[in-house]
Amino acid sequence: MGEGQLKKGIISERLNLDEYKENFCDLHSPLGQHEALVEAGRCYFCYDAPCQTACPAEIDVALFIREISNSNPLGAAKTIFDQNIFGGMCARVCPVEILCEEACVRQEAESKPVKIGQLQRFATDLAIDKNKQFYQAGDPSGKKIAVIGAGPAGIACAHRLSMYGHEVEIFDAKEKAGGLNEFGIAAYKSANDFAQKEINYILKIGNIKINTNKKLGSDFSLDDLSNKYDAVFLGLGLAGVNALGLKNEDAKGVQDAIDFIAELRQTKDKSKIAIGQNIVVIGGGMSAIDMAIQAKLLGAQNVTLCYRRGIEQMGASIYEQELATSKGVVIKHWLSPKKILTKKGQVTGIKLEYTSLKNGKLMGTKEKTTLEADQIFKAIGQNLISKNIKSLNLKNGRILVDDEFRTSNEKIFAGGDCIFDGEDLTVTASANGRDAAIAINKQLSKGAK
Amino acid sequence: MANLKNSFAGIKSPNPFWLASAPPTDKAYNVERAFKAGWGGVMWKTLGEDGPPVVNVNGPRYGAIFGGDRRLIGLNNIELITDRPLQLNLQEIKQVKKNWPDRAVVVSLMVPCEEDAWKTILPVVEETGADGIELNFGCPHGMSERGMGAAVGQVPEYIEMVTRWCKANTRMPVIVKLTPNITDIRYPARAAYQGGADAVSLINTINSITSVNLDIFAPEPTIDGKGTHGGYCGPAVKPIALNMVAEIARDEQMQGLPISGIGGINNWRDAAEFIALGSGNVQICTAAMTYGFKIVEEMISGLSNWMDEKGYETLDDFIGKAVPNVTDWQYLNLNHITKAKINQDLCISCGRCHIACEDTSHQAIMDSKDGKRHFEVKNEECVGCNLCVNVCPIENCIEMVTLKAGEIDERTGEKVSGNYANWTKHKNNPNSNG
Ligand SMILES: Cc1cc2nc3c(=O)[nH]c(=O)nc-3n(C[C@H](O)[C@H](O)[C@H](O)COP(=O)(O)OP(=O)(O)OC[C@H]3O[C@@H](n4cnc5c(N)ncnc54)[C@H](O)[C@@H]3O)c2cc1C
Ligand SMILES: Cc1cc2nc3c(=O)[nH]c(=O)nc-3n(C[C@H](O)[C@H](O)[C@H](O)COP(=O)(O)O)c2cc1C
Ligand code: SF4
Repeated sequence: MGEGQLKKGIISERLNLDEYKENFCDLHSPLGQHEALVEAGRCYFCYDAPCQTACPAEIDVALFIREISNSNPLGAAKTIFDQNIFGGMCARVCPVEILCEEACVRQEAESKPVKIGQLQRFATDLAIDKNKQFYQAGDPSGKKIAVIGAGPAGIACAHRLSMYGHEVEIFDAKEKAGGLNEFGIAAYKSANDFAQKEINYILKIGNIKINTNKKLGSDFSLDDLSNKYDAVFLGLGLAGVNALGLKNEDAKGVQDAIDFIAELRQTKDKSKIAIGQNIVVIGGGMSAIDMAIQAKLLGAQNVTLCYRRGIEQMGASIYEQELATSKGVVIKHWLSPKKILTKKGQVTGIKLEYTSLKNGKLMGTKEKTTLEADQIFKAIGQNLISKNIKSLNLKNGRILVDDEFRTSNEKIFAGGDCIFDGEDLTVTASANGRDAAIAINKQLSKGAK
Repeated sequence: MANLKNSFAGIKSPNPFWLASAPPTDKAYNVERAFKAGWGGVMWKTLGEDGPPVVNVNGPRYGAIFGGDRRLIGLNNIELITDRPLQLNLQEIKQVKKNWPDRAVVVSLMVPCEEDAWKTILPVVEETGADGIELNFGCPHGMSERGMGAAVGQVPEYIEMVTRWCKANTRMPVIVKLTPNITDIRYPARAAYQGGADAVSLINTINSITSVNLDIFAPEPTIDGKGTHGGYCGPAVKPIALNMVAEIARDEQMQGLPISGIGGINNWRDAAEFIALGSGNVQICTAAMTYGFKIVEEMISGLSNWMDEKGYETLDDFIGKAVPNVTDWQYLNLNHITKAKINQDLCISCGRCHIACEDTSHQAIMDSKDGKRHFEVKNEECVGCNLCVNVCPIENCIEMVTLKAGEIDERTGEKVSGNYANWTKHKNNPNSNG
């Protein structure tokens, strides 16, 4: 163990610069030409391929792999982008082990699926590196559409709308476009500023204007938008964070994982980021896992992830959990936070209670344990801030949409994390954006008649 | 332990695996290594007449076809016969035979179609102590333009004539190597037989262009922007070779003529298949050129284990054993009815059987059951063609089940007859004699 990891307190520069570099480079190195050909050769070109069905964007996987096999990687990239313009990011962040690769018949045959994600990256990286543009803005329709939120849902929607010839204006509350691609995804999944590179590539289609630092609710209202534009798409994501509801949640050292990750993503020199020696992460989803892993990669000595239910209920896949443990994260299940311990306003530890399922209900066992902590990260879910969209019907706190992603206001569409029954995946957000654009186009063309 | 000892046209060798006349047998260095590795015999790379040797191209001389994972499945070459001086080859042959008396050393020959040319070369070859000669009537490129190789092999009269000259002028066994670049292999083979050949060997390589370079629009291998047809060999040619071997083996007019099987033999099983179809031994080139001489170890152990398993003590126990089962289409039993059956435990649900049958055959495999992805044969549609078996990526997942006499064929609704009935007697056959 490096000396830096043993240092007390919340400090930066726990590791040397090379270690930071190595820790935050690409999780998987990209496939080379030969590796890609060998891997592509394993694809059986299945009928009605299960991988395609399992892909939320329904990418024609068998076809793009066959294209790679036959020295046509750019053709493969187009096959991917036709369904998912964020094919590049998705190749990096999709939990393929529970999506396409889980469905791969090679998984059934020999427990070794074709590396679909890696092949997707091979093809899309090539197209993006070569700046090979497959799409052009369509003939001007004279229609103007506002997209709120420049995350994958919003940008995918805008891209498809531009293909149809509509003029798109995107508004995002943040100073930079990208949504969680830019501020949320683990750094080692989107290394080398890939999120911005990809957005620049996508926006080359033209006819899309991005306005940053423009927030729905403070800079304009939903009514303003519906009056001014022919249609509106909301890709708001989940800007609110859930709280533990415990005393001392505002103590020094208690923080929302999402905020910390955003800062981490925006800091080029990771050695400048301060991290504690003993870290506790509360939560069981992707954010919790990413937080725990990155805390470890920043040089924390002990990182414990506490989740109040069991392995199966965790939002993060088994693969993600194993990745975390391989980096040295300790995952504890059936533990629910009870009390934040502090000293002079600074966190010193956390008291937790063991839980168990009784008749399907999660119950405390009264058995308690205490973990030492100088930092506690909360990653127990995000929520939709609904005060700016009050006029729309919600369900379980998220926007209710019909099969075509239309909200209760027929001019307003929504997709991605902010809608009810959303999957909280980049690929789903991208697919929603695409499909909403198709529906908007249909609706506007009808009106034109 | 099975005894792999081989006697072919009177030539003895410790096993039936010989290297075909080609680069692996071009010089003493290679042949010594081959014998050390365990090969039973060699056909020395074809010698031409004395004088300045032929010259090969100095650019690429091979092209190839690949299967998955870049496995070489077909090789094409534009090489000529040996480009080394005759005397040097003869010296080396003599020395190698002396060093390896138990191995077969047969010399492949190709000289102009004049009796004198043969009269000149035969005694000097005999002098080396070689076990026999193989007449190369097959080389499809370069030599045929000079009136040799395939140019002789494509004219049965020439084959018979040259074979006769050789038989008259040497005591060595004469093996005639046939070209597949003809329409019916039996004609050249019969000519060799008529000429007194001790054996035939086949196949030599097949005229081919393996690929076209789409940047410069020229066939591969390309030499200074041009290419030419070459000779095709390797695993891809095995089916063609097997058929030609079988055609000769079952020909009434050539009963007893020894056959040396060549073409795409890649492992012991391929060899056993050639032997079962009537080959007295086998020759191998591409497999050795792909993997080196060591493959013979697998061939020897594979063949002897299989023979042990089946209870064959010597090669003679199964040479030609499959020949009686090669017949003409019209004699196949039309009352033999099979249905594909998918083993659901092995099925990985790739659906390739479904789409193959659905798009291109008989719509006999369902793709879902109770709303779920599921592949199962519809017996009422299946004609038993075997396509699904061939496209399935999992071994033994789909099997063809033979209906027993008395069972109902759900496709026709008729009872399966236990009697043999073929096309010659079928009611739809206008020439039926039934
Ligand atoms: C830490 C973390 C890790 C993750 N890891 C993965 C992963 O590995 N793989 C995966 O598939 N998914 C992952 N996800 C989920 C994935 O990032 C989201 O599902 C996806 O980004 C949703 O896209 P979206 O466009 O709906 O929303 P977002 O990406 O959240 O984008 C919403 C955008 O709307 C803007 N916005 C919000 N409110 C307003 C407003 N009032 N006015 C103007 N703009 C506004 C925001 O600034 C933001 O730019 C992760 C999520 C998190 C939090
Ligand atoms: C490069 C090369 C050169 C060959 N040269 C000769 C030759 O000189 N004489 C000959 O009879 N056959 C020659 N052949 C044909 C082989 O002996 C053999 O008949 C053919 O390759 C089929 O066997 P295989 O599929 O095992 O390679 C040559 C084949 C190759 C690949
Ligand atoms: S044997 Fe032929 S007809 Fe029968 S199911 Fe298979 S492919 Fe279809």
